[in-house]
Amino acid sequence: MAVEMLSYIEKNSPVHRLSGATKLIVFLLWSSAAMLTYDTRVLLFLFVISITIFWLSKVALRDVAFVLIFILIFLLLNNIAIYLFSPQEGVSIYGTSHVLFEIAGRYNVTLEQLFYQFNITLKYFVVIPAALLFIVTTHPSEFAASLNRIGVSYKIAYAVSLALRYIPDIQRDFRTISQAQQARGIDLSRNEKFFTRIKNAISIILPLILSSLDRIEVISNAMELRGFGKKKKRTWYSAKPFRRSDYITIFVSVIIFILSVIITFYDGSRFYNPFL
Amino acid sequence: MNRGLAIRTVVAIGIGAAVYVILGRFAAIPTPVPNTSIHTTFAFLALMSVIFGPLAGGLIGLIGHALLDAISYGSIWWSWVVISGFVGLFIGYGAKKFNIDIESGVFGKKEIISFNLIQIVVQLVGWGLLAPTLDILIYVEPNLKVFVQGITAAASNIVTVGVIGTLLLVAYAKTRSQSDSLTKE
Repeated sequence: MAVEMLSYIEKNSPVHRLSGATKLIVFLLWSSAAMLTYDTRVLLFLFVISITIFWLSKVALRDVAFVLIFILIFLLLNNIAIYLFSPQEGVSIYGTSHVLFEIAGRYNVTLEQLFYQFNITLKYFVVIPAALLFIVTTHPSEFAASLNRIGVSYKIAYAVSLALRYIPDIQRDFRTISQAQQARGIDLSRNEKFFTRIKNAISIILPLILSSLDRIEVISNAMELRGFGKKKKRTWYSAKPFRRSDYITIFVSVIIFILSVIITFYDGSRFYNPFL
Repeated sequence: MNRGLAIRTVVAIGIGAAVYVILGRFAAIPTPVPNTSIHTTFAFLALMSVIFGPLAGGLIGLIGHALLDAISYGSIWWSWVVISGFVGLFIGYGAKKFNIDIESGVFGKKEIISFNLIQIVVQLVGWGLLAPTLDILIYVEPNLKVFVQGITAAASNIVTVGVIGTLLLVAYAKTRSQSDSLTKE
């Protein structure tokens, strides 16, 4: 199973040195800003900063290339779907219609539609570098500590950390079970008919689920023995203290967030309209 | 036990989210509509909600889906993440309301029917109605497109949970010792 997953990449950069909590806060602000705004000027500004921070982090593009290719394909399909379902969406949003050329029926290409789909795509390009960076520059065990620091109950933070800790183990279980079943002649590939494929999938996920339920018992007994949940607070081995750079980063990103919200809603519409 | 989440629930959320990620990544069968596939992982989510209750189900959906998106796409599709949590929460809640007690090893015709009623209603509301609405609010995508996506997802997930979820629950119930398995002689 050669499917790759994103994981922490060890580097020494200003972004890596920030505390996990700072990165989590910035990531949340960043994605909310990108989610709220449709203002092209704001999006372009955020995009330039995203790219700059990505460059600062020293993360090599080829380390995340497999995800990027995946996202690009997804974006392409999404754009095609939007156009097929609603070729006049841009016209109804911007209120004008500059037709470039006709295709057939209501399918024509307008500047407004192109601009609208450009904005949708840009929204993703604003969030993707921030999200990628958050994942590859924050150590999984520090992530739980940061969740706890921004106010999530430590039990839930611990559940997240358990999930991250056990994803590789369960992936190994999955591989073992699926190879064992395939050795017995159970085919999961697309050669099999759809319904047989579903039936065969069950023969893999059922053992996986039952073994995971056993795992839950073992781990909760171990945690019970160590007195988990006895106190109201807990400390984290991998928590990083806040430093000056953390405060500055949070301050700057809060300002950017507020500014982008103000600019977006200033004229009463989430869209920037260059056609008026 | 003291206040707050029980240890077993905390662990169930953690491991559940991990299994959710693995099933979502490796055991999904794609359909032609973008962003939508037959997710065996929702059958698992329904099973966990019934076994561990609404809170665990909701958090497994929320955390599992967010991690899955983050690890595989590098960005999180929030509107659908929220709905995963919603589905987990309300299937668990419904199972409690209808007195489905899987731990007692009883999962007969009556339980199968009420479980499926619950999951159909919850998923229809979740994927068919709330997810597209959130997509429109957050991402301002065309109405028709998100509703077609939503309805497709609702249909495929209802079938997935109805078939695979029910089978999983029946199989799980068999591993429990039945509460009425002893007879007085």
